[in-house]
Amino acid sequence: MNEIQIGPYHPHLPGLFHLSIKMEGEICKKISPTLGFQHRSFEKIAEQLPYPSILPYIDRLDYLSSMNNELPYVMAVEKLLDLQIPKRAEYIRVIMVELNRIASHLFFISYLSKVLGSHIPEQIALNDRETILDIFEMACGSRLLYNALWIGGVWKDLTPGIEEKIRDFCPALSTRMDDFDTLLTHNPVFIDRTAHIGVLNLETTLSYGITGPNLRASGKNWDLRKNMPYSIYPELDFSIPLGTNEVGSIGDSWNRYHVRVQEIQESLKMIQQCLEKIPEGPFYQKIDSIKPPSGEIFLKTENPRGELGFYVVSDGTTKPYRLKVMPPSLSAINCFPSLCQDVSLSDVFTIIASLDINMSEVDR
Amino acid sequence: MMDQHLLYEKLESKFADSIFPLKTLSKTSDTTIEVSVEKVLAILKFLKENSDLHFDHLVCMSGIDKKDHLEVVYHLFSYQHNHQVIIKVNLQDKNNPKLDSVCDLWKNANGLEREIYDFFGIQFKNHPDLRRMFLPPDFVGHPLRKDWSPS
Repeated sequence: MNEIQIGPYHPHLPGLFHLSIKMEGEICKKISPTLGFQHRSFEKIAEQLPYPSILPYIDRLDYLSSMNNELPYVMAVEKLLDLQIPKRAEYIRVIMVELNRIASHLFFISYLSKVLGSHIPEQIALNDRETILDIFEMACGSRLLYNALWIGGVWKDLTPGIEEKIRDFCPALSTRMDDFDTLLTHNPVFIDRTAHIGVLNLETTLSYGITGPNLRASGKNWDLRKNMPYSIYPELDFSIPLGTNEVGSIGDSWNRYHVRVQEIQESLKMIQQCLEKIPEGPFYQKIDSIKPPSGEIFLKTENPRGELGFYVVSDGTTKPYRLKVMPPSLSAINCFPSLCQDVSLSDVFTIIASLDINMSEVDR
Repeated sequence: MMDQHLLYEKLESKFADSIFPLKTLSKTSDTTIEVSVEKVLAILKFLKENSDLHFDHLVCMSGIDKKDHLEVVYHLFSYQHNHQVIIKVNLQDKNNPKLDSVCDLWKNANGLEREIYDFFGIQFKNHPDLRRMFLPPDFVGHPLRKDWSPS
C-alpha cells in the first residue's frame, strides 16, 4: 500500500486542507484529512467585540456567500432584542441573499468543471458571476465581502439604477442556464464522471447532519425556506428541486450538481417577485446600544452550502459571552472520508467538488 | 410535534432524578433542559430512539466556559415530528472534565466532540479517535476557556 499526501495547497482543493491517502494502485483505501490551516480563532475574537463589530468577521466565514452568512446572525441578535425590522429591509435582504446564492452556485459549477478538466463552462460560469459581483459593487461598494446586512435592517437603501440592472440580469441568466445543460448536464462525458459517483444514501446523510442541496440531492424534501420559513419567504412562490433517478442514482454527484443548477432558476424567480412586491418605507431601524438581555438563541437559515447556524449566548452586555458557528461544510467534510472508500483517485476530487465544501467556514 | 413542556414531562416521567427544571432566561431566549452528567448518554439515546420524540438530527454541539464550571449544549431536531430540544450538561470539575461520547448515536458527533476537546479540554469517554481538530497536535492549552491567554 502506498501513502500519498495531497495539499494543503492544491488547485483542485476547495481551500486549505491536507489529505493523507492510503492507496492500492489507483484505488483509495483510507483517507485522513487534516483541518485547521485556515483557523483564525473567530469564536474567541467574537467574545471581545461588540455585536455590530463582529459582522465583517462573519462575512469572512464563507467568503463566497457573505450575505447568506450575515443573515442568520443579524436575525438571531434581532430576535434576542425582540426587534421588528422594516418590511422594505426584509425584501432588500432577500434580494441580496438570493443573488448571493446564485453567485455561490455559479462558482460551484465553475469549480466542479475545473476539477473535471472542462475549462469552457468554468469560464462561462465565472463570467456570469461577474455581473452579480458588479451588482453588489453598486449596492454596497464591495464585490465579495459586504458588511451590508446590519442589525436592524440593511446598511443602505437600493442604489438608483440597481433595480433595472437586476431586472435585465435575471432573464439573461435564465436563458444562459440552457447553455450549461448542453455543456455539462446532458453531456455524456460529464455524466460518465459524475453519475453513480459518491452516492450518499439518505440514512448516512441524516446521520452526519448534512443539510442543504446535498440533503435534497439524497432525496429528502427539506428546505428551511419552506419548512421553517423566516423573513418574507412565505410570500414568495418557488419550488424545491430534489435528487432523482433520471440520470444516475439519487444522492450521487450528478444529482448534487443538478439540484444546484435548478436552484439558480428558482432564485431568479424569487428575485423577480421581490422586485415587484417591494414596498416603500424605511430600510433601517436604528438602535442606540445593542445589549440583548441575558439568554441564548440558536438560529439557522438556508445557505448555498446547507444550514448555517449561529448560537449566541448573551450575558446582558454589549459583547456576546459565546458565539458559536455551526457551518454546513463541517458535516460534509466529516462525511467525506466514508464516501471515498474503494474509489479511484480521480473520483475523490469529483466527490470533494460535488459536496461544495468551503474550508474557510469549516476552520473558522 | 411537541412543545417544550410536553417534551419535558416525557423526559421527567422516565428520568425523574436526572432532570432539572425547564429554564428560560428571558422572554426572547430559548428554553433549555439541564440534565445530570451520569445519565446524559441514556437520556440522549431515549430522545433519539423513542418513536414519539425521534430526534434524528444533532444540529449542533457546543461547549461554554461558565467560569466556575464547563457546559456542553446539545441542540437536537426531529425531521419526522418537526420539533427541537436543547439539552445542557454541567461539568463541575474544570481540571479533568469527562463526558460520555454520543458518536454511536449521531455520526457527526465524532467531529463535533473533537472540536470541543480541542478548544475546551473536555474528554469524551469511548470516543474512537479523540485528538485535536483545528489546532496543531503540539499546541498546549485549550483556547476557548475564559482563563486562557495567548502568552
